[in-house]
Amino acid sequence: MSAFVAIFARELKLAARARAEWLMPPLFFVIVVTLFGFGARPNDPQLAAFAPAVLWVGALLAALLSLERLYRADQEDGTLEQLLVSGTSLSFAVFVKSLAHWLLSGLPIVLLAAPLAAMLGLPAAALGPLVLGLALGTPCLSFIGGFVAALTVGLPRGGALLPVLVLPLIVPVIIFGAGAVRAAQQGLDAGAPLYFLAAILTLTLTVLPWLAAAALRNAFE
Amino acid sequence: MNWTWFHRLGSPPSFYRFAERLAPWLGVAALLLLAYAWYGGLVLAPADYQQKDAFRVIYVHVPAAAVSLSLYVLMAVAGAVALIWRMKLAECVMIASAPVGASFTALALLTGMLWGKPMWGAYWVWDARLTSELVLLFLYLGVIGLHAAFEDARAAARACALLAIVGLVNVPIVHFSVEWWNSLHQGSTILKFGKPAISADMARPLYAGLLGTYLLCAYAILRRTQNELLLRERGTRWVREQLAAAAGNRDGGAHVS
Amino acid sequence: MPLLTADPLTVTRGDRALLRDFALRLDAGELVHLRGANGVGKTSLLETLAGLRRGAGTIVWQPADAQPHWLGHRNGLNPQLSPLENLRFWCGINGAATAAIAPALERLQLPPRARLRACRQLSAGQKRRTALARLLLQRRPVWLLDEPLDGLDAGGLALFAQLAGAHLAQGGAILMTSHQALPAPLQARELVL
Repeated sequence: MSAFVAIFARELKLAARARAEWLMPPLFFVIVVTLFGFGARPNDPQLAAFAPAVLWVGALLAALLSLERLYRADQEDGTLEQLLVSGTSLSFAVFVKSLAHWLLSGLPIVLLAAPLAAMLGLPAAALGPLVLGLALGTPCLSFIGGFVAALTVGLPRGGALLPVLVLPLIVPVIIFGAGAVRAAQQGLDAGAPLYFLAAILTLTLTVLPWLAAAALRNAFE
Repeated sequence: MNWTWFHRLGSPPSFYRFAERLAPWLGVAALLLLAYAWYGGLVLAPADYQQKDAFRVIYVHVPAAAVSLSLYVLMAVAGAVALIWRMKLAECVMIASAPVGASFTALALLTGMLWGKPMWGAYWVWDARLTSELVLLFLYLGVIGLHAAFEDARAAARACALLAIVGLVNVPIVHFSVEWWNSLHQGSTILKFGKPAISADMARPLYAGLLGTYLLCAYAILRRTQNELLLRERGTRWVREQLAAAAGNRDGGAHVS
Repeated sequence: MPLLTADPLTVTRGDRALLRDFALRLDAGELVHLRGANGVGKTSLLETLAGLRRGAGTIVWQPADAQPHWLGHRNGLNPQLSPLENLRFWCGINGAATAAIAPALERLQLPPRARLRACRQLSAGQKRRTALARLLLQRRPVWLLDEPLDGLDAGGLALFAQLAGAHLAQGGAILMTSHQALPAPLQARELVL
């Protein structure tokens, strides 16, 4: 328990010290979505048709921005090796760090999604599935991305490699997430894709922290 | 059960010698089977009554697609073995199968697109199998890219193994999600047991092509594994002996001719 | 009963074995100074003993679940956080009482103002002192130290001699590397790789 508090509090404190860094992902999200609007005709009714894809891709790209830093600083300043020696469970530390990452970069995006969706002309009935889907899907990205960040932590060109490794792994998340919104747009039930998202989230939360811990150990060797 | 053969095979020098003996046979068998498959498929087999000659692409496409998935499984299983038993040979097999698998995935995609143009009227259709194959290619390229980024061969292999395992879990989820998303592909024809939907003239070369392609992959992976082993074990005595013997053979051959 | 026995131990770096079937024994109250040319595997040996690097062989701790203190080239201090905040984090991770932080920093004579400044603003010696203070937060009998004297001034060296001596007197043991001579009055058994 004290380890949970220690890691979580440290992540929040570090985020508070580098506020600009954590403002970038939500800002990036907002800018990507608005740029897409500028790319279309003014008040194009077609915009709503593409809104699910735009919002989801924007959200995932925005969350990618901050993933590279997840373990890099800890590896450089020696925190990682002290954690390895400390006897606390590394997979637990990974879990807490990914959770903090979601809170700092995923949650703001979930909260920003509804107003942006309104800008794109998404009908009100689709807002619920969009926000719920993002609430289930963005933690997947924090955990999948955390695993890949752990794989690439010691690499000089890890930053460029990270999105290439993450994106194929999140294809199902994007399909179900955007699919839920589209289903709601067409007046269909969005339940099934949301359940699939929940299933993927469960799998991600339970399995990936262990694999990420193995990757971090490997990165040290 | 006696496992000594397994341990002996797991040691790099004995595997190297085993591969040295086996690979030529595999290569020749693959060549013969593929020659028959392509001649039989591209020349002898009758044209399809609906798809005309365009169907002939299956003699390349189907084996390539089958192999692309199998090799990913092989890569992930070899990766798991490498992680659990820390077996160097498994690391080498895993790394060796990645480029082979990626090539066949690319071939399956390319032939699928060429087939799609006359059949569907477009080179690219977002159907379940083609799209999964594309994601599979990304996964392969991810493993290859990750491997290239590491300096230490051991750390590289272990990181790639972890990625390959996660990718293996991901592949069926991708396939399922894409299928849910949209389904628009000719149903598979050869796996309908009981009532074959494909005539024997067409089927025989296809089976030969499948087997030939698998053997070709086995050949390529064995040879790549051998190279990887030589590279990883450079500086050890058996590699020096192996290289000295190879150099001796080459010199001997030059004298005779 | 030795606090740490490694016999035999093979230390590897990547595919290369640096030390083969190496034997090591660390008794209570003993200070062992690892010596050897660059690249011979001193750091890798320490990392293997610390459990950071996977080696082959047997390492026996006394008691069996003992955790060593480890201090490598990197201090394990986040540059954005102050020494106090960093040490509080490690107390939380290791389940140690935060009450030990102030006396530990006091003992390493870190000025009160430096304790509250972000670590990136501190000198190399001050950061090293903070890292050494972490060894005092929680009692662990074995200390594995890789070049702990780096960056310390004359006063810092004397402090190190003092706290290492106290640790040995309490029945602890230290295995360390250092390219410079150990500060008096520390008496070490030299182990040349």
